[in-house]
Amino acid sequence: MRYLPLTPTDRTEMLAVIGASSVDDLFVDVPAAARRSGLVDLPMHEGEMEVEHDLRLLAAQNRAGWQGPFFCGAGAYRHHVPASVDHIIQRSEFLTSYTPYQPEIAQGTLQYLFEFQTQVAALTGMDVANASMYDGSTAAAEAVMMATRVTRRKKAVLSGGVHPHYVGTIHTMASVAGVDVVAQAFAVDGEAAVIAAIDADTACVVVQTPNVFGTATDVTKIAEAAQAAGALLVVVVTEVVSLGLLKSPGSMGADIVVAEGQSIGNALNFGGPYVGLFATREKYVRQMPGRLCGETVDADGRRGFVLTLSTREQHIRRDKATSNICTNSGLCALAFTIHMSLLGEKGLRQLAALNHSKARQLATALGQIPGVEILTPRFFNEFAIRLPHAAQGVVEALVRMGIIGGVPFSRIGAGMDNVLLVAATETTSEKDITLFARDLKGALTQFNADTNGEAA
Amino acid sequence: MQTVGRPTQPQAVSSIPETLTGARGLLQDEVLIFELGGWDKTGVDLAKPELDASDLGDLVRTEPIGLPGLSEPETLRHYVRLSQKNHAIDLALYPLGSCTMKHNPRLNEKVARLPGFADVHPLQPQSTVQGAIAVMDQVAHWLKTLTGMAAVALSPKAGAHGELCGLLAIRAAHVARGDARKRVLVPTSAHGTNPATAAFVGYAVEEIAQTEDGRVDLADLEAKLGPDVAAIMVTNPNTCGLFERDIIEIARLTHAAGAYFYCDGANFNAIVGRVRPADLGVDAMHINLHKTFSTPHGGGGPGAGPVVLSEALAPFAPAPWIVTGLDGYTLDENPDGAFGRMCAFHGQMGMFVRALAYMKSHGADGLRQVAEDAVLNANYIKARLSPLMSSAFSGPCMHEALFTDAWLEGSGITTLDFAKAMIDEGFHPMTMYFPLVVHGAMLIEPTETESRIELDRFCDAVLRLALAARAGDADRFKGAPFHAPLRRLDETRAARNPVLKWTPASAG
Amino acid sequence: MRFTEDHEWVELNGDIATVGITAYAAGQLGDVVFVETPDVGKTLKAGDAFAVVESVKAASDVYAPVSGEVVEANGDLAGSPEMVNQDPEKDAWFAKVKVSDPGEVEKLMDRAAYEKFLEGL
Repeated sequence: MRYLPLTPTDRTEMLAVIGASSVDDLFVDVPAAARRSGLVDLPMHEGEMEVEHDLRLLAAQNRAGWQGPFFCGAGAYRHHVPASVDHIIQRSEFLTSYTPYQPEIAQGTLQYLFEFQTQVAALTGMDVANASMYDGSTAAAEAVMMATRVTRRKKAVLSGGVHPHYVGTIHTMASVAGVDVVAQAFAVDGEAAVIAAIDADTACVVVQTPNVFGTATDVTKIAEAAQAAGALLVVVVTEVVSLGLLKSPGSMGADIVVAEGQSIGNALNFGGPYVGLFATREKYVRQMPGRLCGETVDADGRRGFVLTLSTREQHIRRDKATSNICTNSGLCALAFTIHMSLLGEKGLRQLAALNHSKARQLATALGQIPGVEILTPRFFNEFAIRLPHAAQGVVEALVRMGIIGGVPFSRIGAGMDNVLLVAATETTSEKDITLFARDLKGALTQFNADTNGEAA
Repeated sequence: MQTVGRPTQPQAVSSIPETLTGARGLLQDEVLIFELGGWDKTGVDLAKPELDASDLGDLVRTEPIGLPGLSEPETLRHYVRLSQKNHAIDLALYPLGSCTMKHNPRLNEKVARLPGFADVHPLQPQSTVQGAIAVMDQVAHWLKTLTGMAAVALSPKAGAHGELCGLLAIRAAHVARGDARKRVLVPTSAHGTNPATAAFVGYAVEEIAQTEDGRVDLADLEAKLGPDVAAIMVTNPNTCGLFERDIIEIARLTHAAGAYFYCDGANFNAIVGRVRPADLGVDAMHINLHKTFSTPHGGGGPGAGPVVLSEALAPFAPAPWIVTGLDGYTLDENPDGAFGRMCAFHGQMGMFVRALAYMKSHGADGLRQVAEDAVLNANYIKARLSPLMSSAFSGPCMHEALFTDAWLEGSGITTLDFAKAMIDEGFHPMTMYFPLVVHGAMLIEPTETESRIELDRFCDAVLRLALAARAGDADRFKGAPFHAPLRRLDETRAARNPVLKWTPASAG
Repeated sequence: MRFTEDHEWVELNGDIATVGITAYAAGQLGDVVFVETPDVGKTLKAGDAFAVVESVKAASDVYAPVSGEVVEANGDLAGSPEMVNQDPEKDAWFAKVKVSDPGEVEKLMDRAAYEKFLEGL
């Protein structure tokens, strides 16, 4: 077996050193009733070639994004990732190392985490950022929990523009901790409606920009209203590339910013692994969840980096920790850092402008189709449209034409069955847009004919 | 005569000077990306946008962001230089107890990057991702078969997230029968995530005492169980590297009290293929795919922590559920009974592909061998080191060997000093000061992917260090490491005055 | 000055008790990097956790040795936590408490008893 270095001779000799007659002697503490002598009912081992073949067959049953026009967003975005990113993250020293608990031999990891934290703070316009979370949705749930610690209040108000899966994640986590989660009804342009729901018990309001319908919002007034009531403003960003074009949440007064960082450096991966970004104000740093990397010096006075403020964490605080989180999303954070280093401010701004331009072109093309209504008033690279038929069926019809035509809202939330979320990125070509517009128009014509036929 | 010859034999010198640049031969003294001058540079080539952002008005970001950019060669050089300052499994045995630093097969990396897995969106039409859902279904099948459990929740993103998922299912099961309970019992040797998770879910945490031979104290457990106990959380094999001999009785007592048995499956790698947790009476257990099933640790994640559930808890598993029908697979995002959802999408798909490649590579026969070799390697290390170092418990260990610092008493050398000296000898230190139940703990886990030669190289190095410690060679330990990229770091300074990002002012 | 088994000290002047942690406790924690002192006005019951003291690898609750109301917290500790190591039983006091029952102080150990208690650890 190719991953197991011991030979039968090694095993025999090692058992002799131990003083055991067989490996069964080492399992004597297992109760007899639970010892299994035979093999479990699963296939026997396979060679590398066979395993690769099996998995290629499975991969071939999926329609990959590159294979044709593709317009899905809703919290995960298809971007081009430079080849060098994937090369570097596969270096042994990054891929096969552990959490940097021994800083003397983990400066590679620690230094990129410090760079990552600096990039995230700059991007979000906040004072400090942590070394990453599992993903955007769990970061959002942690943000709500943090707000309850800071304010010692137990209510969170979520706007109708927060991604429904984020609402679900926040609800699952926060409700068991006794937090009253008030989620407003889904609304395309309703972030400011949270203001009316703020009261003296409110720990935080959670808004998203661009929101799940793609609407970009200036949250300055929401921040002022929240803070005037002693509550925190949590801003969620699911498309982090937008921060290359849109005002930063920090500049609009956010207290905590959480984001899904997948768009930079990370592939779609059918939903994971991704990388959650978490940033806040300096004064709240000790209430922050997750790992933090800090600068210091070594015994010779050379600059170096260590994990710090770890008394917040579970391995020291146990049941009094700020969170039970025990990891970050290391390699995905590294991919983010490398891609962001390649982009720089200049490249990020170009990338964001290009995404926005493609979405505007897409909106122009789709808006001309009879029966299609563009719902999103101000968008970055994604917007919602209303169709004359249920979006789910239309999307399935488009698949048969070779087009992945976006995410029906009904896939993630209840109601709004005719609403379709469509996104464009730098990977979207003008030809893709033309084909999508043509085939959507064709599909709707067919649906209209069918519906009329049924009516008759 | 030819006069351009030069010496071709090395010459001895009396002292070794410090370098002028801070570099040490191949090891560069690399600054931060913010200090490389890339303020008006980018390493990507992008098309010009057709349309502008005039439609966004004053939503447009005008203030500088503060992100440097670098060309591709500069970027590669920067991160390759950084990589050289890291220890890694691919460099040497990495004996971190309870972390399971086993080899990461490269086939896993290759298949996870197939566009059919990497370039698919979590919300694209389900008819276009049947192979991806099939991977999830197959991983679920392997995990259920290996554990004997009824169901598995795949979405938890790491071990601690899996613990949370398991306790949420337990909480939901109690609530469903109108029996809200208040307490969770956790042994003193538990990993910190266990009490942190129980507290997060709103339970009061109470510790169960440990016996002198490193196991759960049954009498104490029995005394603390009661009608308000929701669950016990027991790691098995436990954090001392021992199998809980009385585990079936622990499960019986727990169930008799109406509570559920959450097993922390961090150490499943020691028993995979030989013991099914279902046969021990477990109701819920997370499995760290990065431990037992070889997905990379990646310098701190991403992990993956699927949770297997018993019949009693299966109805409460979080969304999404995989449903098999005549037309193939579907993912049900709103199943009746589910306690909610753990995250936005379906879990760590990239890790499922890697884990499946690993499971298929080993098969039923190989996975059993994995457990046996992991346990054999740990016992071999225990046997070789015990003559000089104090083993915490007698009898065979499972996948890791625990030592105390009793053997260092009087030497003035601490567990920390000893660990740092191991760095100079080319090895990553073992886990230190965990578990908390023995003094100066040193927890060594070799895993099954170490060869006899590497095990001996490791044991020889540790034994030579141990002799040096006993001989009072304190200088070797007190300031160690001396040969790492950096010496010991000032963690007090980092914590007293936290500097958590680069600023132009801090760039001396 | 009186002492508790949790290694807090208390010194009573009139009805104002000054409280802190002992030199022994500070030594056990190692380099103190952070102190969280209580809000002024907070009402304490003897035995309540009222402050937190942290070193790099440990965090510890500090328990109120007496009952009463916090009238002053030591603001210097936030910026200079190292004071707890340098002068734990004087300048690095944590809080001043207006005691509700001065008799509670009398019940605590005096220095000789505390030193004897430490020998037994």
